[in-house]
Amino acid sequence: MKAAAFAYARATSVVNALELLAAHGDRAKVLSGGQSLMPTMNLRLISPDIVVDIGGLRELRGIAVKGDVLVIGALTRHADLLNSPEVAAHAPLLRDAVTHVAHPAIRNRGTIGGSLAHADPASELPACIVALDATIVVRGSGGERRIAATEFFKGIYETALSSQELLVAVEIPVAAEGSTFFFQEYARRHGDYAIVGLAAHAVVRDGMFADLRLGFFAVGDRPLLASAARTLVDVAITSAALAEAAVTLASELDPQEDQQASSAMRRHLAKVLLVRCVATLLSRPELATGVAR
Amino acid sequence: MIAPIPVSLLVNGEQVDAAVQPRLNLADFLRDNLKLTGTHIGCEHGVCGACTVRIDGEIVRSCLTLAVQAHGTAIETIEGLSDSGEIADLQAAFRERNALQCGYCTPGMLITAQDLLQQTAMPDRRAIREHLSGNYCRCTGYQAIVDAVEATARARAERSA
Repeated sequence: MKAAAFAYARATSVVNALELLAAHGDRAKVLSGGQSLMPTMNLRLISPDIVVDIGGLRELRGIAVKGDVLVIGALTRHADLLNSPEVAAHAPLLRDAVTHVAHPAIRNRGTIGGSLAHADPASELPACIVALDATIVVRGSGGERRIAATEFFKGIYETALSSQELLVAVEIPVAAEGSTFFFQEYARRHGDYAIVGLAAHAVVRDGMFADLRLGFFAVGDRPLLASAARTLVDVAITSAALAEAAVTLASELDPQEDQQASSAMRRHLAKVLLVRCVATLLSRPELATGVAR
Repeated sequence: MIAPIPVSLLVNGEQVDAAVQPRLNLADFLRDNLKLTGTHIGCEHGVCGACTVRIDGEIVRSCLTLAVQAHGTAIETIEGLSDSGEIADLQAAFRERNALQCGYCTPGMLITAQDLLQQTAMPDRRAIREHLSGNYCRCTGYQAIVDAVEATARARAERSA
């Protein structure tokens, strides 16, 4: 299908974009790369009265290290993340995740800000920024505010962003000494939305987790920072401890059922990913055999 | 009634000036307004890849791009790539190996395959499959397409050696 008719405004600056959003409120939609917005409009799931195109705001595109924070502008494209030496050095989880985000033609247009503001619970980047303990920078007419990634996602396609605010950047703490990352997802076709996925960040010391953040996606209405991870920190990991953590994980998930998978299948796959993740991060392949089978 | 928006862009090297409705996507603009019907429309939501074109040298989905967003850009369609001879060898390899049957996906396949070959001189079959993973073909079963891309990569490497 094709999108219903809408008016179009090309924002000339962030201030101008905010004026347009203030004038039109929730009758407006912000267009960055359009790779989530356009399908949604073409399928007529939404029909905004006006589209505010921020695609030309070059000041919102780019990656920079400021002190111990990696700052990624909202209009930074998936392809930019994939090719960035700063991302590779300080947040390689994002690079690993982006190889699973759709396909090259879509990565050339899709933006990190667009993906986060769209907040599809099956998409990769929201789970990554939750696992990375990132902060989302939002600007409104009253100024700027910072929202923890864990507080940003409120439900399916719902965020803490008001209709008069613009997501302008993401701030990610640079990877600490001993940081390791894990990213894996199940999808019917490489690049499709995940059936279940896991983005994880750990700090490993002396064979144990000093920190472990597990960001599961496509298992509920928003990315889930699994509290099951807490049972695995600062303890010697055994197969039994891991099996127990998998049970805890299953109980905190509330996966939806759809044409791709039942809730039970999603719970099972999440447990499999947990076990693989822990075995991989600790370089202990023996942990991946025999548990959650 | 929503007022049309003026756009100026280059399409296959030619200057185009038009006034378009905001809702008009680039694929429809190319097909209906410019009669460049080599760009195909399959799913209209970014899944099938039949509408792939280049904007400023990068491959994109023209069904997920508004014509107004193409203002000030340089677009290349399959007609442009074909007429310039840029992909003549790739097209020949597709023919020789039966890498097309109905031909619906072929323009998108060719543009996407050429994008890979420009980035990677000798991609392996896994890399070819991954790069083409966003392009559906319902006829060939993909093997012949991967064969054709691989053969083209090899032939180009031999020519430049």
